Amino acid sequence: MADFSKKSGVHTSIPTGSMADIAFLLLIFFMVTTVFVRYRVTGIVLPRAEKVEEIKTRRHISYVWISADRKVYIDDKIAQVNQVAPIFYERRVQNPRLIVSLKCDTRAPYGLVSEVIEELRKADALRVNFATDRER
Amino acid sequence: MAGKPELARRNKSNPEIPTSSMADIAFLLIVFFLVTTTMNQDKGIGMQLPPAGENKKIQKKNICNVWVNAAGDILINLEQEVPLSQLRADVERRLSENDKLIVSLKADEETPYNAFIDVLDEIKLSGATRISLASPEK
Repeated sequence: MADFSKKSGVHTSIPTGSMADIAFLLLIFFMVTTVFVRYRVTGIVLPRAEKVEEIKTRRHISYVWISADRKVYIDDKIAQVNQVAPIFYERRVQNPRLIVSLKCDTRAPYGLVSEVIEELRKADALRVNFATDRER
Repeated sequence: MAGKPELARRNKSNPEIPTSSMADIAFLLIVFFLVTTTMNQDKGIGMQLPPAGENKKIQKKNICNVWVNAAGDILINLEQEVPLSQLRADVERRLSENDKLIVSLKADEETPYNAFIDVLDEIKLSGATRISLASPEK
């Protein structure tokens, strides 16, 4: 009646010999796919928005940072506003699919952001992305 | 140099590298990478700017001016002050009345970027596809 009480004499065990191989395979996968943050300007707090899109291709992206104390950085080097157009014109020639990600601090004045946008228009770098965090 | 040379002495125990803990080490590293990896994808509000020097003549009835002042207050068409929470509904209503509507967003020089993004986000959420960013007056 009670089938469960039956005991089989077969010795069962999970083979763990290849566990290390599996683990190392996963490890190598994670090490290869990990992308580190390329540029970082400290002290920039991004605004939050709901309608955010993700940029799939990282290699077309260039960054412009605008800090709360009215400084402009291209990638992570400090720059003047009038330097934006020549630098981005050069980049736009090299990569016609350039996307400019504008990473501005929440407290940055819109006047400065608008000046940078005007510079980008002069440089014909027309695809911009206002970097935001997703609203939670 | 008496007796057997040292080199010839053999150890009877079997020398082997212990591999049983290898999996633990590897998993520990995996967990470390999993925890420290930030899938930091670039995200934000995408816009296509108009080319430089392009000025299109647009009929006045097809423009909806949204002004944002330095304090973050919103004014639509210079007549109606709208709180941020009602902006989406208001723009949606205007869009349903006129599908050629262009939303022109104009912010003050001293408007904090935060307020600008909040308004731009609401306009985007209302479904407007034609958005123009006017440069602030000096």
